[in-house]
Formats: sequence, structure tokens, C-alpha cells
Amino acid sequence: MFKKNYFLLALLLLVTIFIISACSSDDANAPVNDSNAENNGNNDVAEEPAAEPAEEQVLIFARGGDSVSLDYASVTDGESSRVTKQIYETLVEFDQDSFEYGEGLATDWSWDDDGLRFVFQLREGVEFHDGTDFNAEAVKVNFERWADAEHPFAFTDDNYVYSVYGTQFGGFKGDDSHVIDEINILGDFEIEFILNRPLGSFMQNMGMSYFAITSPAAFEEHGSKINENPVGTGPFKFVSWAKDDSIILDKNENYWQEGLPKLDRVIFQVIPDNSARLTALRSGEIDIMDGLSPDDIATVESDAAYQLFERSTNNVGYLGFHTEKEPFDNVLVRRAINHAVNKEALIGALYGGLAQSAKNAVPPGYLGYNDDIEEYEFNPEKAKELLTEAGFPDGFEFELWTMPVARPYMPNPERAAEALQADLADVGLTAKIVTMEWATYLEKTTLGEQDVFMLGWSGVNGDPDYFLANLLSADAIPGGNRTFYRNADVTRILDEAKTIVDPAIRDELYKEAQRLIHEDAPMVPLVHSVPILAGGANVKGYVAHPSTSEVLSFVELTN
Amino acid sequence: MFSYIIRRLYMLIPVLLGMSIVTFSIIHLIPGNPAQTILGEQASAQAIEELEERLGLNKPYIVQYGVYMKDLVQGDLGTSLRTKQEISKEMWPYLAATMELTFFAMLFAMVIGVNAGIISAWKQNSAFDYISMLIALIGVSMPIFWLALMQQWIFAQELAWLPAFGRNNPRSPIETITNFYIIDTIINGRFDQLWVAIKHLILPAIALGTIPMAIIARMTRSSMLEVLRSDYIRTVNAKGSKTVVVVYKHALKNALIPVLTVVGLQTGTLLGGAILTETIFSWPGIGRYIFEAIGNRDYPVIQSGILVVATMFVMINLFVDVMYTYIDPRIKF
Repeated sequence: MFKKNYFLLALLLLVTIFIISACSSDDANAPVNDSNAENNGNNDVAEEPAAEPAEEQVLIFARGGDSVSLDYASVTDGESSRVTKQIYETLVEFDQDSFEYGEGLATDWSWDDDGLRFVFQLREGVEFHDGTDFNAEAVKVNFERWADAEHPFAFTDDNYVYSVYGTQFGGFKGDDSHVIDEINILGDFEIEFILNRPLGSFMQNMGMSYFAITSPAAFEEHGSKINENPVGTGPFKFVSWAKDDSIILDKNENYWQEGLPKLDRVIFQVIPDNSARLTALRSGEIDIMDGLSPDDIATVESDAAYQLFERSTNNVGYLGFHTEKEPFDNVLVRRAINHAVNKEALIGALYGGLAQSAKNAVPPGYLGYNDDIEEYEFNPEKAKELLTEAGFPDGFEFELWTMPVARPYMPNPERAAEALQADLADVGLTAKIVTMEWATYLEKTTLGEQDVFMLGWSGVNGDPDYFLANLLSADAIPGGNRTFYRNADVTRILDEAKTIVDPAIRDELYKEAQRLIHEDAPMVPLVHSVPILAGGANVKGYVAHPSTSEVLSFVELTN
Repeated sequence: MFSYIIRRLYMLIPVLLGMSIVTFSIIHLIPGNPAQTILGEQASAQAIEELEERLGLNKPYIVQYGVYMKDLVQGDLGTSLRTKQEISKEMWPYLAATMELTFFAMLFAMVIGVNAGIISAWKQNSAFDYISMLIALIGVSMPIFWLALMQQWIFAQELAWLPAFGRNNPRSPIETITNFYIIDTIINGRFDQLWVAIKHLILPAIALGTIPMAIIARMTRSSMLEVLRSDYIRTVNAKGSKTVVVVYKHALKNALIPVLTVVGLQTGTLLGGAILTETIFSWPGIGRYIFEAIGNRDYPVIQSGILVVATMFVMINLFVDVMYTYIDPRIKF
């Protein structure tokens, strides 16, 4: 009897909670999307046309996934670098919207003509978040930590691997191909890198968020837990991390750039579901969201309360052939398919128009981008002619592999595959669409089990080598080169361009490589997509960087 | 009774051992390797190879399993391949989040479901009966993700009554102690935050609780009908007691026994199966944790995650069995 009363009481309580909650929405969590909210207190100030900074400078940036680690060098995912970019800085920093590099933690730099020695003058008076001084010693410790598995701060026993360092600097200490021979401290704020051989992308690499500088004292203090206790020199310092929920960063009051950052707090909030993320933006709970789906662009664009941010394109989505398998070992077949694909229709249907049709494997705006290449025009008749010439007047059947997950260069791979399938059917080719789990897909395409497949590549350092050498050099088999394209001339040119520091010479070499690749048509370059973000109209000063990681020091919120 | 509990706990050992072998076999049967997923689509073959070696993934499976079991026996759930965190530490916030959500979802399901079932049985063939059973039918067959998105759209976006995502307001983060936010806010004496945490719970709890609610309502109704037809209820009725008293005092206890079974099973299911709700409401729970680990081939996390969820499932059902003896003294173990 007594127990029953409790039961009823609980019921009553619950019902009450529901009723109350449904009737009140006046707590701190109430969405603030009413731009006409009364501005109490400042009514005697003359109204200015320019929006004034909001009182609370807290920005919530919503994204689809969580960071893996806050030790930037040991991971490769964009969600990690997006956050570490706020906490850490690199010797040179890229411009806000391009890969042009300028001053960062280094104020000046020079290199010898033979490209074997780089000297950096470092910025003085910079402090890490833990109060220790930034100096040449700190730079040396960080680079040696990545290069040398024996280094006390390499944390090898805890499975730290610095794969990006290995990729960008030709391996690790002791490898024949390792580029950096030694690092010497010339003074408190002067450091030199001695190279084993020249590396064309050396300076571009220095701006990558993977090669930022961590406080050596923090390595001492946190050891292998550095991935949850980041300590850098950047505009924001780490506060807390609730896994798969949010990462909170606060303004670094001692930041070396006067007057920056403008925000007091930045929160990176995980909202995995695309439509839920948009709902959160529209209910005013977040300020910026990443990964707006192309279908929602029009909705957001037509509403004055929101704005769109476009990233400059920095990727390529392509349709690759296994060039060693019949009939795709026949260049006529590959060219035929290049003519059969209607890229414009694809862009209209699947990218909301936010993509450029591609003709090269490297994005436009890159050093060495060959704009003289004449794109294979969309021409089904010509495709049929070429197929007949190749000995397939009646076409043939093959498997078309597509990825199971949305990627920046391909927001909807399954639908893209269907569009391609229809294009190919028009010229008499029967493509059977095959899809599988992402990890499996990557592995099998590396091993070469595919006929024709869809994939893409995103840039990291703004250097053409990263695209061309990884996708189309014979050196990248097995690996990034999943077309198994082995052209000795192309490989030689790319190898040569890798070791030249003079941009003018490199420019010529890359253009030549693209000319040869275009002739051989190992792939159909489909698109360079323009990833898009949405934000509230009150967000000022946000510029999306092509690398997907931008520093938020200039961002502020207005009323 | 006590010896029964001990016996049941001993039974856990072979069950979990079997589970771990099955899980281990399945995850190694799926193609795709963790090193590849950790490094992403732009990794060089050499980097993948090096990482595999570092993580011990190129050792024979039986050796890997042995290493895992050896640690497990010592109470070590292993280390995540991807995040390099100790799983026992990393998992707790996720588990707590799911437990909290499950608790409220089941509370909702029981309160609404049991009462709807009782009233439906009591007023059999009335309009209430038909409507509530229709709702239950819809509830059982409703796709959760659709319901959740609808809720979000109506209550978060259009009406702006309730938040659309997460466990708390990131602008005023809750200081975690136990990771049960309802409890933490009370300990901290932050009743404003308690209120916010409750508001965050409402939508996902309803979304998650809808199916169990419908199942419980139907179960309660049929079991109640059966009890109401029994001899002893006829006796009580003959004594002229009020119907409310008859139903809630005399009949309910017996009618709840089969319902309890359903509650136990459903609770266990929700613990691991809340992935859709957790994804749509950005609830950082164990379902998402394991799901992401599967996508990333994070073997230790998958194994330990499933093991922990399975253990809890077994424990909940043990608890339910023990509860029977409370409700019905005739049941003895």
C-alpha cells in the first residue's frame, strides 16, 4: 500500500516535470535567435550602422565527429587539426584563405641555393600556455620527437606514430630516404635544418598544422597523456574535453598578437547527424556548423538570419581505372569513358552547384596547375567511336566501386555512382555498382582488386607534389596510387620536382607531368568540390581555410 | 536466495568467455584493418605497415586473443588503438550517459506503459482502450530516427522549448563527478544546471522509451486482463471493494510479473541499442562508442565495449529474477 503511493507520486512528479518544461523556456539554454531582442541599457547610445560586438563572446562550432587526439602530429584526421590549430602554432602560417605562407612563430627564414640548409629566425617574447618560453630548443625537441622513435618524448611504447612526418619528410631517423639530417640551435631564437637532399615542399610543410610546436615542459609534465593536455602558444588554451561531446577552449590572455583573439571562448560541439546539426543552428544553439549538405544550401541561403561560408577548393574527386586490368589497360577505353561522363550534370545534381568540373588531378590555384590542358569534352558519340576503335562496339560489363561514406569531395557517393552508371549505359557500358565498408574499400583498392572505382584526395600543405606524387607516381604503389598507373616519364618528372626548391622550375615540371597524365587518362578527374559551412548572421571575421583547419582569432560575434 | 545469486554470477564466466570468443572472431573476420582506418585514405602503405607492427596487429590472432584475455583477467580492458586511452577510463562517461538516458527512457516507458495498460484492461473495449492500443501499435512500429527528427524539428526548432542536442548546455558546462549529470548537478548544488540537464533528457528519453512503452502497455493489458478474470479478484469484487483498489492493490502485483521480464529485457536492449537516438540527439553514449569503434576497427574497444554491455544485460536480468521473489512469494529459487 505504502509502495503504491510512491509509485503514484513518481507518476505525478514526472507529469509535472513534463508540463513545466513544456511551459517554460526562459533558462540559459533558451535559443537566442531573435535578432530584435531588446538591447537593455545601451539605448542612450547613438545607433551605429555597424554591428557592435556582442557581450558574450562564446562561439559554438558544431561538427560531425570528435577529435581523435589533441596531439596533432600523431593523427591525420581533420577534426583533430581543426581544434589543435587554435591551440598550437607553426613556424610559418598560411594566409587565411590560401596556402601562401607568411610569418608564424618564425619571423624570417632563408635557405641556401642548393636547398640543403634552411635557417629560421624565431619570434621573441612568445610564451607557451604553461608560462614557459618559446625558443629554438622547443622547436628542436618537437622535430626530433617526431623523427626519432628512441626520443624520450616519442612515446613509442604508447603507440604514438607520426605518420604525417614520415610522409612529408621521407621517413624517420635512420631511414635512407629521411630528408632532415640534423637540427642545430644557432641561438635562443635561431635554428637551422640541415637536409640530406633538397625537398621542394619543405617550406610548405612548415606551415602544416601537424608540425606545430608543443611546450617541452608539457612533455615532461604530461608524458604520453599529452594528447589530452595540449599546451601550445596559440590564441586559445585548452580547458576541457568531454569525449564525443564538446571541447572547450578559452582565450589566451597572453597571446603575442595584440588584441587577439576576439572570442573569449570557443566550443567545438559534436553533432553527428547532419539534419540535427542544421536544427541546432536554426534553433540558435550553435553559431557555425560544418558539413552542410548540398540539399540544404538553398534553404539557408534564402534566410537573412544565416550566412554561408565557402572553402576554396582543395581536393579532387575522381573515377579511377585499374590500368593494368583488361580492358582498362587500353588507353582508348579510358579516354572513351572520359568522354562519356557528364560532369556538369553531376555537379548540378549532387553538389548543389558548389564544385568545379575537374580536368587535372590537382586543384586549380596550385603551383603547376596546368590550365592549358584541354578537358575531355562530354561527348557520348565520341565515346562510342573510341570504344569501337578499341574493339568493343557492343560495350562490356564491369564493376563500378563506390565508397560507402560521404567525403568532402563527394557528398553522396552512392548517388554519384548511379549517375555515372547512367552515363556509361548511354554509351553501351554496363556498370554494376559495388560498395563495401570504408576500411575494406580502402584496403582492397590499395591491393588492386577493383576494375573502376571512385575516390578522391584532399590537400594538406598546398603543394602539388602531395596530389600528383601520391596519386599517380609509380612510387606510390601500393598506397595512394590506386590506378596502378606506372608511367616511367611521369614518375621521373615527379621525383625530380620533389627535390627542387625553385618554384618556377617546379611549375614547369608539374605542368609537363599533367600533360602526360592527361594523354594516358588513368582516371576521370570529376570535380573539385567547394565544402560549405553555415553560420549565424552575427558571426564576423570567419574565413574558411582550404586545409579545413582555420584559426579563429579574428572571429567575433555581433549583436 | 543468496546461493542462487552466487550461482548465477558464476554462470556469467562461461557466458562472457563465449561472448568474447565470438566477438573476437567476428571482428577479425570483417576485412579492413585498424591501421588503415586510423591513418585514413591518404596513408602510405609503409606507414600502415609500421603502425600495424607497432600495434601488434600482425601477430597471429590466437596470440592477440591471448594477450587480450591475459589483461582482461587482471581487470584491464585494454587500450584504444585510435585514441590511445585506457578503455576502462574512456568508457565510463559513455556508459554513464547511456545509463542515465536508459533510466529515464524506461521510467517514461513504465509510467506511461503500465498505466495505459492497466486502464485499457480495466476499461476493456472502451474508447481509451482502442486508442491507447492503437498508439501502442504505432509506437512499436515507429522508426525511431523519424520520431526523433520530428521531435527535434517540432520541440527544438519550431517551438524552441527543448534543446536539440547533447547532455548539457555547452555554454555552461556541468562539472562532472560521477558523469551522471542529474546527480552531479545536485552534488554541485547547481539546480539551474540540473534543470538544463533534465531538459536535455526529455526528448531523447521519449524517443528511446517509445518502443518499450508500447510493448509494456500491451503486455500489461493482456496480463492484467488475465488476472482480473482470476478467482481471487472475483472474491475481492464480491466484497465490494472499489475498482481502483481492486486494480491497483490486488491485481497489479500479479499482473506485473510478466511485465517485469519485458522491462528487464528492454533495459538491456536499450543499453547497447540506443545508437540511433544517441546519434540524432548527439548523446555521447555507449552505443555510439561501440558503433564508431566498429567503423574504426578499434578491436579492443569493440571487445571490451560489447563485454561490458553484455555483463550489464545479464546483471539486469538477474536483478529482475530476484525481484520476482519480492513480488510473488510463491516463486522460490
